[in-house]
Amino acid sequence: MRWAVLVFPGTNCDLDCVDVLTRLCGQQVQVVWHRETRLPACDRVVLPGGFSYGDYLRAGALARFSPIMRAVEDFAAQGGLVLGICNGFQILTEAGLLPGALLRNTGLRFRCAWTHLRLENANTPFTHVGRPGQVLRMPINHGEGRYFVTPEQLAELEAHGQVVLRYCAPDGSLDPAANPNGSVAAIAGVCNRAGNVFGLMPHPERCADPELGETDGRLFLDALLHAAPARALVEDATLASGGRAR
Amino acid sequence: MTLSQQVLELVGLKPEEYRLACDRLARTPNQVELGMIGALWSEHCGYKSSRPLLRRLPTRAPWVLQGPGENAGAVDVGDGLAVVLKIESHNHPSAVEPFQGAATGVGGIVRDIFTMGARPVALLNSLRFGPLDKPRNRWLLGGVVAGISYYGNCLGIPDVGGEIVFAEPYSENPLVNALCVGVARHEDLVRARASGVGNALLLVGADTGRDGILGASFASAELDARSAERRPAVQVGNPYLEKLLIEACLEALRTGHLVGLQDLGAAGLTSAVAEAAARGGSGAEIDVLRVSRSEAGMTPYEDMLSESQERMLAVVRAGREAEVQAIFRNWDLHSDVIGRVTDNGRLVVREGERVVADLPVALLTEAPTYVRQGVRPAELEALQRLDKRALPHVEPTEALLRLLEAPNIASKRWVYEQYDWMNLTNTLLGPGAADAAVLRLKGTRRAIALCTDGNGRYCYLEPRRGAAIAVAEAARNVSCTGARPLALTNCLNFGNPEKAEVYYQLSEAIAGMAEACAALDIPVVSGNVSLYNETEGRPIYPTPVVGMLGLLEDATRRCGLAFARDGDIVALVGPEGRELGGSEYLATILGRVAGAPPVLDLALEARVQRVVRAAIAAGWLSAAHDCADGGLAVALAECCVAGERGADIDRLAIEGWPDGVLFGETQSRVVVAVRPGDLGALAARCEAERVPFRQLGRVGGDRLRIVPWVDVPVAKLRARYERGLARYL
Repeated sequence: MRWAVLVFPGTNCDLDCVDVLTRLCGQQVQVVWHRETRLPACDRVVLPGGFSYGDYLRAGALARFSPIMRAVEDFAAQGGLVLGICNGFQILTEAGLLPGALLRNTGLRFRCAWTHLRLENANTPFTHVGRPGQVLRMPINHGEGRYFVTPEQLAELEAHGQVVLRYCAPDGSLDPAANPNGSVAAIAGVCNRAGNVFGLMPHPERCADPELGETDGRLFLDALLHAAPARALVEDATLASGGRAR
Repeated sequence: MTLSQQVLELVGLKPEEYRLACDRLARTPNQVELGMIGALWSEHCGYKSSRPLLRRLPTRAPWVLQGPGENAGAVDVGDGLAVVLKIESHNHPSAVEPFQGAATGVGGIVRDIFTMGARPVALLNSLRFGPLDKPRNRWLLGGVVAGISYYGNCLGIPDVGGEIVFAEPYSENPLVNALCVGVARHEDLVRARASGVGNALLLVGADTGRDGILGASFASAELDARSAERRPAVQVGNPYLEKLLIEACLEALRTGHLVGLQDLGAAGLTSAVAEAAARGGSGAEIDVLRVSRSEAGMTPYEDMLSESQERMLAVVRAGREAEVQAIFRNWDLHSDVIGRVTDNGRLVVREGERVVADLPVALLTEAPTYVRQGVRPAELEALQRLDKRALPHVEPTEALLRLLEAPNIASKRWVYEQYDWMNLTNTLLGPGAADAAVLRLKGTRRAIALCTDGNGRYCYLEPRRGAAIAVAEAARNVSCTGARPLALTNCLNFGNPEKAEVYYQLSEAIAGMAEACAALDIPVVSGNVSLYNETEGRPIYPTPVVGMLGLLEDATRRCGLAFARDGDIVALVGPEGRELGGSEYLATILGRVAGAPPVLDLALEARVQRVVRAAIAAGWLSAAHDCADGGLAVALAECCVAGERGADIDRLAIEGWPDGVLFGETQSRVVVAVRPGDLGALAARCEAERVPFRQLGRVGGDRLRIVPWVDVPVAKLRARYERGLARYL
């Protein structure tokens, strides 16, 4: 499978994503500089973490204007699978490809720590190899990871199965103490209505290599490696919720 | 020719140094030249007081690829890879503006590493502050940590370890020492040399402004009530720009068109050009009008001394300028050809057609050195006197709990959670997991271990022994992960060396370090000296900090400090002892800084470390932890807390009151957990190496019991350990 890993000025988790995809998953990876206006022929697009444009103004606020983002929008509009990790997630929300916004952590401090996450929707191309309610252990690493949507938007997201991951206690229960950044409804990852664009704050690429000990992040990569065409799964979800296309 | 005292003070020259400069130049320097000389002859750049002493340190070993003298040291780690490392202080800027001071400290040390052609892979920090009950110290700690977090996280370089110590003498003069480590292939290592007549001097990165002018001189003066007014001498950091510089410089180096690369740090352009020319045995001519400026109306003096951050000087082969500049442009970086390499040994600065400075390079880079007469501080004898029988008795369990929540020992989670310590996915053992951080070297079976250590209190009480202990303990920490210590980088933080007592401390500490390095076969490959750490005439504790690099041949044979398996035997490798002099127990529980620091037998130390490494390599150990601050009881408690399991220590010989046995800081000791089936082999190995060995008890349960003195649930130990620092912040 062919993957495009995007690099914006200030992206700093690109090497790790490339390493996991090539060395551990045996994938073909092309690194794409933000100034490109076209994506190479590819099946998956990844926006890695980092500090694009130094997070100046707002995390992701400037990167969304990079030339490559037009191509990402087109790719997504055609049902292509797009994964945004951490800063990549922030860029996708700024670009309007994902709903909501990511605000400064409630503690007002950067946090690098292990968290537990509950898989809320195992019926997306990014999660279909997991089971609903499955608890994952993954690290977060951000200063602006507090997911925010209005109550109305939240209801919409919930209704359409767009809440994919929530911070939880080790036993899977929702516990305010387990919410590391004050995210609304403990949301750690969401997808778009069509289900082909997914963003999350935790870092799957940091917990994918057995040499490092923990491998729960492989779930997302394995899912993408074996994903059925996005449309089919998406139609399922859309039909089930009776929702409109975004 | 006389110059007012005021002008000389401003540029940081003493009258006799001014006269020496005039003599060596055979004329009087003009104003620009005077500023350039003053900056490079500052203690910070010129190592005037320390250079003769530093010659005592061993710097060679077959595996050393680059010793002191370049931007950083480099060591062979096998598989064609080199590890590059250096530690540097940013104490004075952090004292007046903690956030930017610490942030730019990180920026500076990272530039030193990629200047060598290495990709930076790890950061560590050694920090010292005054006690946290003072609001100003809390402000300093919060600012420094936030500054490191801001800069290091944005660069994507994991911050994997270090240490933080609190003591009154650092109250007004905190220490912020940043260590960076990089990895390169041997053939990709570059040196900061300006060579090849006609080659271009390309200034890359940030525009030059008035920030940080005379920062080197500022860093070489004592802090006083007016120091806050020098806040403009502190630079402002832009980590985003530095991230672009890292990527662009590494890419530019791959073209082969660069003959040298040099970062701009203290004393800005003056230092960068002069040092690169000196190393290249060449000269240079530059035109300040070619320097892109961020402010209008800047003078040549300001251009030459600005410490604007995130700038690099690349020496580019003549005719290849456009190709190299295109690479920088692709990374949105501006670059200007500001001059050329010459062969006349002079640094000539022009402003258009007008020559504004013309100095021999050697005059700039060979600052006068001073050998002074040290005097042993009179109070040491009284300080070292300690009548242990007269010490009050504190209930041992209570003392243990109070030690665990003392900020010097308590969990540093509040700090390290603000640092990205996982980026680059090499961190096998991160903060809190082991005595040193362990990072794999991708593409090989090997890993490196990294730590920093330094005990200012020991050095205050007996500088020579204290500094030797800093080396020994850093090596021991690395050995406790299974890694063999390979090389160290040091940061010598002291007071004003013009005071005989401070000079004595400096000279003795270097002697102690040299002895320990020689005995343990560890070369010093890079370092930095920070003097004049005083406030209102009171010096800090003499604080030599050691950054240690170790190598693990097999990354899977590594060891953490957590008790990981019920039923394993807990044992002590190394001598039993009860030395309380200089201990954390005396300082924290009894409020006394007294006694002689523990004795250090370097030959025994080497054997203990060898045994521990062999035991880890053989797979016998499930945990290894150095007995250091707080002694044996604290070490055991830390192993329990980290592993979330208890231990029954029922074979410890305790006669009389147990304070010395439990909390004494006798050196060369490691607490280990060993598989019962391997106990015999470990004991035999210790015997063969003439290393004392004692079985202490067993891992298991949910309480730490040290019969008959301590019996406490691990959950309680953990609660106190975790709240120790956080309760202040």
